[in-house]
Amino acid sequence: MEQEKNRTFVEKIWDIFSSVRFAVVIFALISTTSIIGTILDQKAEPAKNIQILAKLFGESPAPTLYNIFDKIGFMDMYHSWWFIALLVFFALNLIICSVDRLPRIWRLVKEPLVPVTEDHLKKFPIKQEIAIKGNPDTVKDSVKDALKSARFRFTEIKEERGYQFYAQKGNYSRLGVYITHLSILIILLGAVIGMRFGFKGYLNLPEGDVSHAAFSDMEKELPLGFEIRCDTFEVEFYGESDMPKEYKSWLTIIKDGKEVVRKSIVVNDPLTYEGITFYQSSFGLVPDGLSRGIFIFNVGPAGGQTTTINLRYGDTFQIPGSSVSGKIMNFSPALKMDEHGHASTYANHMDNPAVLIDFFDAGKYKYSGWILKRTPQTWQLPDGPRVEFIDYWGVEFTGLQVRKDPGVWIVYFGCIAMSIGLFIALFLNHRKIWVKLVEEKDNTRVIIGATANKNRTAFERKIDRSIAILNKKQEGEK
Amino acid sequence: MESSVFFGLSTMAYFVAMMTYITYLAFRKQQVGVLATTITIVGFVSQTIALILRWKEFADLSGMGFMRSAPLTNLYESLVFFVWCLIAGYLIIEFKFKNRSFGAFITPIAGLALAFIDLTGVSKEIQPLVPALKSNWLLAHVTMSFIAYAAFSMSFSTGLMYLITTTEKRNELPYIFWTFIFGIFAVIFVAMGIDMVTFKVAVKPDVFVKTYLFKTSFFSISPIVKILSWGLSIAAIFMIWRYGSFLRKVIERFNVTADMLDEITYKSIAIGFPIFTLGGLVFGAIWADQAWGVYWSWDPKETWSLITWFIYAFYLHGRMIRGWRGKKVAIVAVIGFMAVIFTYLGVNLLLSGLHAYGGS
Repeated sequence: MEQEKNRTFVEKIWDIFSSVRFAVVIFALISTTSIIGTILDQKAEPAKNIQILAKLFGESPAPTLYNIFDKIGFMDMYHSWWFIALLVFFALNLIICSVDRLPRIWRLVKEPLVPVTEDHLKKFPIKQEIAIKGNPDTVKDSVKDALKSARFRFTEIKEERGYQFYAQKGNYSRLGVYITHLSILIILLGAVIGMRFGFKGYLNLPEGDVSHAAFSDMEKELPLGFEIRCDTFEVEFYGESDMPKEYKSWLTIIKDGKEVVRKSIVVNDPLTYEGITFYQSSFGLVPDGLSRGIFIFNVGPAGGQTTTINLRYGDTFQIPGSSVSGKIMNFSPALKMDEHGHASTYANHMDNPAVLIDFFDAGKYKYSGWILKRTPQTWQLPDGPRVEFIDYWGVEFTGLQVRKDPGVWIVYFGCIAMSIGLFIALFLNHRKIWVKLVEEKDNTRVIIGATANKNRTAFERKIDRSIAILNKKQEGEK
Repeated sequence: MESSVFFGLSTMAYFVAMMTYITYLAFRKQQVGVLATTITIVGFVSQTIALILRWKEFADLSGMGFMRSAPLTNLYESLVFFVWCLIAGYLIIEFKFKNRSFGAFITPIAGLALAFIDLTGVSKEIQPLVPALKSNWLLAHVTMSFIAYAAFSMSFSTGLMYLITTTEKRNELPYIFWTFIFGIFAVIFVAMGIDMVTFKVAVKPDVFVKTYLFKTSFFSISPIVKILSWGLSIAAIFMIWRYGSFLRKVIERFNVTADMLDEITYKSIAIGFPIFTLGGLVFGAIWADQAWGVYWSWDPKETWSLITWFIYAFYLHGRMIRGWRGKKVAIVAVIGFMAVIFTYLGVNLLLSGLHAYGGS
């Protein structure tokens, strides 16, 4: 108690922050609040979370609970001031814990070994004693060999009645845990740098459009410093199904009026330019798409060459080499026919694009038909000519996630450091060994004492094996 | 040959092996133990063949090349792989420690996982990959995560056995803790066993229900069965608490020392933790960065992995710095596995998020 009082305020704070108990409290607080954060949908519509709360606590208290949780910041808790504060405390705890313990550990790492007395040897956690025929000078060499084969670089000293060897290895492995702790700080630093100097935004870019900026969640403009154009966007499907196989955007970067990069991106393969990365994240139909889209058809007479034509909604076209003409009457991004032959649209995506065309022969109406982009059978008209539906370009936008994160490499560096640190901390250990040779009547007493800061049993087994070899060698020489 | 034939064979083998290990624990007949090991090995070999075949089937179907076609893309495949890792780990331990008593505690976890597949109607079909899963990271991230999960399961079993063998007094907290956890597992085990017998063997319902899980007990349509199962469960947990020392005596007959159990628990976590850190968290972050444009988004899966990571970090600190041995850390190891189960299944089944590939 007396001692407590004499400590200064700073020292007391230091003690709190360096204690394992404090670490446990922080661990527990981060974990429990995070659990709540995984149950409540973050940054979601209020109705959704009220529904979740109603499921858990009943209908009536749900709105009140929502307000309370919302006030505390649980609806976007990972960015709330108190969660950030917890992370800061976590970092402080790590720093102070490490600084507090480092001098002691450093001493253990650097401390040179000294010879010990026989009594001292017998107090070691690992101890062995055997008698080997012959005087210390003859036994010495096989002991040295044993130490060498165990990859110990030993010190040898001459003693009154024999020799003493001692060695240690893996002393730096004690620092593994510090590498791990430091790596967490590096990761946090990388995250902070990313938040401070980077940005996260999105960009819905219609085919053919150019943009000089992305947008934040708050619809704020985030200038890129260059321009990006979506040349075209396409969804590939698995066979006949509507299950997407790949979303692909062809992008062009334009810097100072010049096209500098062209790349097609898919999920898992983004495009990075000047530190800004564009990720394929979503897609959709441009709201006023019909007026801006361009139909691309390959048309031709029966059995003849096809030519590519570009058309707008409502346009009329002539099939070259024939008397047939067509007029684009309707378009559906996802056409479905029911059993009565009624056409309807089943999705707001280009899952099954179809165009309705009225056909005329020499100006006289013949028939109308849906031509489906994904079904080539519909491209062949009953009396010969072909209308191949290649694309309806300009009606889709590609949803890009746009991110600049100068901290990401620091985070990765931290991750690598953490993996290395953990490996060292968990699988390498600091081993010390002393071997004393004492001359007796016609044999030599070999006394071994050893310690290991981890996995002592493995070291013990290894020593036992070496002794067995030593014994065998001795018998062989007899 | 189709992979499903071998999967069926291995599932059957594991169920039989589980029963045999439990019989062995009860009667300690050498021949029974050898039989249990043999059946487990047969199951393991057959499952290995099945995995390779399925991998090949998937590669042929998707045409994406071998490395990208690892059959680890949905809940079914991941559960199967988890069981494979668990059995592999168990066999290593059995041969290393020459002790078969662990079998009765580890194979039931495999049994539960396999019964879960059947009862929840998880789709066993090979499904085409969604674009986000088409990545070289799939193999590294998922295999390492599941190897870690299997290691954690092992530490759970031995941690629990440690508590069983070291506690005596019925009013001490570790005793109450293990009887409670063991009781819950036993109840779930029996309830799923009844489900299996009812729906897969005795009556094959012709109406397809999405999940049969606990339909004969806790989620039964009959209120009497419902109340009865809750009542019986509480009674069972109470009985386990009352007569828990019997289990201790059973385990003690097998020359399983507390130190050995503590060592296996520690080693499993010491192996599982760095693999989980690198494969689960780090590779997961790198992949998320590539696919979603953000390496950490506090998605439920990520958050729960972090919670799991914290718990095992706590275990390692407790054991290393404070020199805690025994009961306290064993309790942490058991709790850690609860977090693993939730990270793996709870998040997929109960919470939503980006990482929703396993939702059957």
